[in-house]
Amino acid sequence: MKKFVSGMLAAVMALSLAACSGNTDTSSAAQDSQAATSEGSASQATIKIGGIGPTTGGNAQYGNAVKNGEKLAVDEINAAAGYTVFELQFEDDESDPETALNAYNALKDWGMQVLVGPVTSDPSLNVASKCVDDNMFMLTPSASAEDVALTGSNIFQMCFTDPNQGVVSANYIKDNNLGSNIGIIYDSSDPYSTGIYTAFMAEAQQLGLNIVVSDASFQADNKSDLSVQVQNCQDAGADLVFLPIYYNEASQVLIAADRIGYDPVFFGCDGMDGILGVEGFDTSLADGLMMLCPFSAFGEDETTTTFVNAYKAAYNDETPNQFAADAYDCVYAIYQALQDGAISADMSSSEMCDALTSAFTTMSFDGTTGVGQTWDENGMISKEPKVYTIESGAYVLAD
Amino acid sequence: MPLTRLKNVKKTTKSNIITFGIVILFYLVVQILSGAGLTSSSFEGQLVPICAYVVLAVSLNLTVGFLGELSLGHAGFMSAGAFSGVLVWTLLGQSLPTWLAVLLAFVVGGCVAGLFGFVIGIPVLRLSGDYLAIVTLAFGEIIKNVINACYLGYDSNGVHFSLKDAASMGLEPDGTTLINGAMGITRIKTVSNFTIGIVLVILALFVIINLINSRAGRAITAIRDNEIAAQSVGINLTKYKLMAFVTSAVFAGLAGVLYGLNYSSLVARRFDYNTSIQILVFVVLGGMGNIRGSIIAAALLTVLPEMLRGLDDYRMLIYAIALIVMMIFNQSPQMIAWRKRIAERFKGARKSDGKKKEVA
Repeated sequence: MKKFVSGMLAAVMALSLAACSGNTDTSSAAQDSQAATSEGSASQATIKIGGIGPTTGGNAQYGNAVKNGEKLAVDEINAAAGYTVFELQFEDDESDPETALNAYNALKDWGMQVLVGPVTSDPSLNVASKCVDDNMFMLTPSASAEDVALTGSNIFQMCFTDPNQGVVSANYIKDNNLGSNIGIIYDSSDPYSTGIYTAFMAEAQQLGLNIVVSDASFQADNKSDLSVQVQNCQDAGADLVFLPIYYNEASQVLIAADRIGYDPVFFGCDGMDGILGVEGFDTSLADGLMMLCPFSAFGEDETTTTFVNAYKAAYNDETPNQFAADAYDCVYAIYQALQDGAISADMSSSEMCDALTSAFTTMSFDGTTGVGQTWDENGMISKEPKVYTIESGAYVLAD
Repeated sequence: MPLTRLKNVKKTTKSNIITFGIVILFYLVVQILSGAGLTSSSFEGQLVPICAYVVLAVSLNLTVGFLGELSLGHAGFMSAGAFSGVLVWTLLGQSLPTWLAVLLAFVVGGCVAGLFGFVIGIPVLRLSGDYLAIVTLAFGEIIKNVINACYLGYDSNGVHFSLKDAASMGLEPDGTTLINGAMGITRIKTVSNFTIGIVLVILALFVIINLINSRAGRAITAIRDNEIAAQSVGINLTKYKLMAFVTSAVFAGLAGVLYGLNYSSLVARRFDYNTSIQILVFVVLGGMGNIRGSIIAAALLTVLPEMLRGLDDYRMLIYAIALIVMMIFNQSPQMIAWRKRIAERFKGARKSDGKKKEVA
């Protein structure tokens, strides 16, 4: 029995020690940052940017793209300025709401002043309400659920919201007469997919679009074979299939359609960006695929080519997708606020939050995902939607 | 002398006092440290999940350790409790005083989970072993998929419900969506705190430990040890199996409410079979039929991934290795024998120390 008691006490001690040690880390980190501010002149001090996203688990491809994009931007800015303007700490959240909050707390202990993240919607909803409580500025590169930005005035999005994409897609299809019978394949277990789907359906009804298949959904648990859904669309005679899903599942749809010789117009949203990089996927199947996306790695303007070349050089010749581009833009948008003099490194996270909130609602930002981007008072972005068509392995701007 | 009186106390009572003591001591230490501003936000953020996982582990231990049935659907009960409790809280949180609304949320969450436990338990407990494990696994998946496809809202015309999509719910523009399919419940006003969590842990311990040490508890362990023998002495198998299973489900539901009220969004995906397995890991690591072990294992394995954050991408790999090492250290017969030998040596050393002192 004694052995047990001592064992338990040891466990309790270990836990409390863990608590203490965690704390000493914070205080020393805080001291470090204070030391840094007092050493350098005010203009040379460092701003601590925290990033959250899944770098492990099923959504790691998106989290790693964001991490790479943020890191690239921070490195470029630091190199250009000649001193450490931004310091980036990126924490893994496994795309899990609980872990995301843990990651947020860990970053707070580290001394984060601005949050660029999280990447996916569920974690973002949790972290956003915490950011509102703490008055921490949050700019998410890719969490597109409408509720994220609506959580509070200090939550901003770099990407389009899901409903916005659904509405724009429906209008584009109507205006350009892309299809008379429309089928939809979507992931009913995914908030991104259902968000676009719901808004698309509502808008399509108003515009009088003819939806022939609306129940060809799948769930995260049974997405390995989507041939049944594709078959449904073919049987119903759909000449346009709307795919508000991510590129991995979309590649399955394209393969299944090719197998049964079904060749409608496929139309996707920004989650489709990256389909040319799917391993083992015959990219010729993607020919003619249309997508609504703010970013194209084939863009010829200077910002895009600089970014794409730098990204390829830094990450084994990998082509950046819109996740990386949005993340890259996030860091540059904050840098623009810094250069405008809206914020300075010696501000506390709360002061910086207020300053950035007013800066973001008034400024206009040019980045890789569009020029003249502005934010409304809800923190939602307004930028020009672009529709691209894939032609022989490259994006071509459709008009 | 209080010490001699303590020696006369029954062994189980003493063990229970220690178990409660650990929980209360942990609470006091954390409160003092956080009062003095010595805890990090990372640690404070994990206190409520720790409490929820402890309750889950203790309640699952009742099914796995004492009833001897392998259940892989514990996250399903947690999910049922979480969603019903959070619904009550979002509906009544504004109009009722906070404490009453929270209490109602817990009561409803526990009852709904218990009801599910009862309904599932009647047909399922006729099975045993692997069959029961697979059926409970399926049950957890059903709950997850149903809630994932569930759209619920209300407006001036009443309550609307759909299993297809948000539009087919037919809400008026002034309506409020409560459960939005895959997006679950969003914008929950968080209300859980460490004190509520500890109260729930103590309640769970109190009920479950008392159940185990009661006449019913002895019947339950008798069923575990030999079902045929238990039946032959007149123990009502269905009754006692259900009793353990439903109690376990109720506390899983309560833990779900605690968990749900700690976050501003709640999605059914969070309660998949991985969560069920995770809870089972707590129980197995702590030792089946060992309540105190469940508590410590749940707390330790919840904080461990966060303590390993510094290792970046290797975190989960190290976590898995640490888990294997702990399992071997805790449960392998050779290690148990080795630990005993070491403990004996320490005891021997201490005794001879004492003697020397007396001489001196």
